[in-house]
Amino acid sequence: MSEQDITSLLPVVILCGGILLTLLLIAMRRRHVLTFALTLVILLASLIAVFMSWPETSYAISDLFIIDAFGYYYLALILLTTFVVAIFSYISLRDFYPEKRKEEFYLLLMLASLGAGMLVFSTHFITLFVSLEILSISLYTLIAYYREREKAIEGGLKYLILAALAAAFLLLGMALVYAASGTMSFSALSTISSDLTGTSQVMLIAGIALMIVGIGFELAAVPFHMWTPDIYEGASSPISAFIASVAKGAIVAILLRFFILADLYRFENIVWVFAILSVLSMVVGNLLALLQDNVKRMLAYSSIAHFGYLLVAIIAGGEMAVPAATFYLTIYVISILAAFGLITLVSKSEEEAIDIEDYQGLFWRKPFLALAFTVSLLSLAGIPLTAGFTGKFFVLTAGVGQSQWLLVIALVIGSVIGLYYYLRVIVVMMRQEKDVVPTIRLDPKGESKVSSLLAGSLALMLLTVFMIWLGAYPSWLLDIINGLP
Amino acid sequence: MILVWILILLIGTGLLAWLASRWSTFLPKLISLVGTLVYFGITLWLWLGHDSGIDSEGWIISYTGNWMPSFGIQFKLGMDGLSLLMLLLTSFLSVICVLVSWKEIKTRVGFFHFNLLLELAGITGVFLALDLFLFYFSWELMLVPMYFLISIWGHEDRIYAGKKFFLFTQASGLLMLLGILGLYFIHGQNTDVYTFDYEQLLGTVIPKGTAFILMLGFVVAFAVKLSTVPLHSWLPDAHTQAPTAGSVILAGLLLKTGAYGLIRFALPLFPEASHQLAPLAVLLGVISILYGAKLAFAQTDFKRLVAYISVSHMGFILLGIYSFNEMAMQGVVMQMIVHAVSTGALFIIAGSLYDRIHTRDLAQMGGLWRQVPRMGTMGLVFVMASMGLPGLGNFIAEILILIGSYQGPFKVLTIIATMVLITATAYALRIIQKVFYEEERKVWVIPDFGVREMIVMLSLTGVILWLGWYPSSVLRMSEVPVQKMIQEVRMSKSGEKEELGSIDKNTVYNGGDFLNEKSMDVKKENQAQKIKSIKTE
Repeated sequence: MSEQDITSLLPVVILCGGILLTLLLIAMRRRHVLTFALTLVILLASLIAVFMSWPETSYAISDLFIIDAFGYYYLALILLTTFVVAIFSYISLRDFYPEKRKEEFYLLLMLASLGAGMLVFSTHFITLFVSLEILSISLYTLIAYYREREKAIEGGLKYLILAALAAAFLLLGMALVYAASGTMSFSALSTISSDLTGTSQVMLIAGIALMIVGIGFELAAVPFHMWTPDIYEGASSPISAFIASVAKGAIVAILLRFFILADLYRFENIVWVFAILSVLSMVVGNLLALLQDNVKRMLAYSSIAHFGYLLVAIIAGGEMAVPAATFYLTIYVISILAAFGLITLVSKSEEEAIDIEDYQGLFWRKPFLALAFTVSLLSLAGIPLTAGFTGKFFVLTAGVGQSQWLLVIALVIGSVIGLYYYLRVIVVMMRQEKDVVPTIRLDPKGESKVSSLLAGSLALMLLTVFMIWLGAYPSWLLDIINGLP
Repeated sequence: MILVWILILLIGTGLLAWLASRWSTFLPKLISLVGTLVYFGITLWLWLGHDSGIDSEGWIISYTGNWMPSFGIQFKLGMDGLSLLMLLLTSFLSVICVLVSWKEIKTRVGFFHFNLLLELAGITGVFLALDLFLFYFSWELMLVPMYFLISIWGHEDRIYAGKKFFLFTQASGLLMLLGILGLYFIHGQNTDVYTFDYEQLLGTVIPKGTAFILMLGFVVAFAVKLSTVPLHSWLPDAHTQAPTAGSVILAGLLLKTGAYGLIRFALPLFPEASHQLAPLAVLLGVISILYGAKLAFAQTDFKRLVAYISVSHMGFILLGIYSFNEMAMQGVVMQMIVHAVSTGALFIIAGSLYDRIHTRDLAQMGGLWRQVPRMGTMGLVFVMASMGLPGLGNFIAEILILIGSYQGPFKVLTIIATMVLITATAYALRIIQKVFYEEERKVWVIPDFGVREMIVMLSLTGVILWLGWYPSSVLRMSEVPVQKMIQEVRMSKSGEKEELGSIDKNTVYNGGDFLNEKSMDVKKENQAQKIKSIKTE
């Protein structure tokens, strides 16, 4: 690797070094706060590096990586999200995690974001697969980290088995594509003509189909969505947020890259398959979310639907595809972080406040927390004055612009169904308060450790401000995103 | 800039009222009363300062700011005579709303006023927006606060009603968004200018079939708000369950946004498609008129009864708009205002009765006149207004619409619609009969209207009388925008060879002339009546 290779990957390098440093620190001295603080410092340093070395032009490291503003934007998003997740994780670990070994959690968290961060720069099957595995292997452990809870173990195992299976599909698909085309780099794939004949055509089609299965699993698109609710429920809320935002966000980035570099829009069938995945995700995700009484499962199903919306932008293609998908993802990340962050903040024990009834009367008991939750739910539902609306508007614009009427109509129907279950939570929060709610943390002052809750509330407040700001005046973010090549 | 300040004033007052609720329950009320009074003052000042009839083109005031330039979205507000009238109505009713909820709302007062004012800001935005994105934004902004108003402070079935309201309006709103986006792209492809600017989008050339589909997106959204018959079922629930201020806003303002949307957007943007739709729209209008009246007669719940009166009256608006006739259109503008006042007043009476006897069931009432003569008198006035008694504003509106639309192609339907004058009498008299006359079925000991309530009712009475005697003060304001709009629709039609309706230039012009004569006649007649009534006194 040349010097320029390293400097252009500086944020990732810092993250790598930071992980090693943390490892050493844990070996020398086990202290939760210390590790937490170091994690934040590392993430911050990496973020600063992102802004310092923001690339003006794209720079390719052989066939493996391409360093460009698009990747940097996603990297920044991943790092920021990890930062917020770390704060909420600290609260969750400190208050709900009974065992002593809390420090490794941060290690895994940073490893996962390292995997995601490398994924967004990948332009080659090898780098794609390696980064994806770094991400998923850290996730298995993170999901099952609360090992006292049965649900956590169940979720972790489920994810392990299914993700391994999906990885196998992906790998086999890559192998077949390689056998048919003789190349593993995305851009080289764009030169294969779409009218291959004989065996190589069959192999190419089979390979791509298998890869779609793998990607569909990672994105939790229907019909590969079965794992989502169990894992969201089993993992602690910050980790659920991490999966919904960082893990899936990185997949969206790589999917966009793959679609554009390999020019998959040429293959009508592939676009059709994704269109079907998208419509199914929107409809099934929203319908199943309707049936949930468990808030985390509901958010899980709604995330399926949201990635269906996002696929609309990707499938529509055209010059709006990248900005629309990126913008929507950014907004979804902010909203879902706020929602899961709130669940962390109001929970009292490791059995988090997940039943919808737990939230009864929250509006009158804790008006500001409830307001933050309301804003994030409205944003997920896509109501104006919240960021979700501008996001949905952008995606709809991309869809209508390319006359994808089927997808657009499915999106509209999906949002209307979606509205119903988001409203349900809001309604419950507005009801008369109950006297006893065992799972809700009512009086944080009584539990002494106010400072970190304060940090959590501050993060939540910032997220809420962003949701409203982006809902009312999204121009600045649009300008940034439109500036990405 | 003043238009932006109005929006800032409303939102700011709302936030302030919410904050103030930390210290007292009185402060929020005072703050929002002051805020709405200032709003009313501003619109009055605009109205008095505006020299009517001079602005033949353009807007009285407009404001354009940058919002999302990469999409061609501007923060563009504009006010013409029609918007000014709507703003006057909004600000007047907002003061009334604050006053009627003074004692009714006892819990979470600050949050109530926050929602109330945010709702009013959304409505004001709808009446002012000249950018389709901003319009949609304000349109949806009206949704959440009203949902909260219904489902927090409403009556027993509030959750169900709130949800129904939300889903109906949101679903239809999304269809409108698709329509807006379709228009945006077609205009962009035609001219290479991608913009949501209303004035630039006017006159976009759209293929005929597409235009009709895009227009349907708009019309469905507006028809839901107008509660046209197949789409009306949210309205009785929402109106019945909402707190009084909520019902007044729903009936007085939210329904009007539908009518305003049709006049301002659906017709001028899709003139040809509107002609295609006209027979269906008029038919639905007439069905709404009669069906609403019939259902109103059958209700046992006071507020539900008034809600169905709204359905019936909104049918007139559809009939008037799709007759493409200046006189009918003026009637529509009039109807929007008088319906807001008269139905609003009836809701206030129903609400204050509910506050006193805790039931809306007509079977429990009866003979209340002895107990509450002032309330009874007020009830009589507005019931008379609702059935269209000459001398009160509703008469002018209905007669203008009926005469206007009779000149159009839908003569038979207009004649059928006229039958409502009889059914209206039936349901209207039934209110008076069941509530204030007849035997006392139960003995209620309740206080009559107090000073605050009398101020509210008398100001409403004043307005409805003034509109009945001196309608030209309103009609003069809306004359220019309405003429402009009718002309646009007519031009697109005359450019077309096919026969779509049977209005031609002459009838429209005649209609216009007739209107002027008519309004003069009305004035004369009014004066004559005034003199007569003074003499008899």
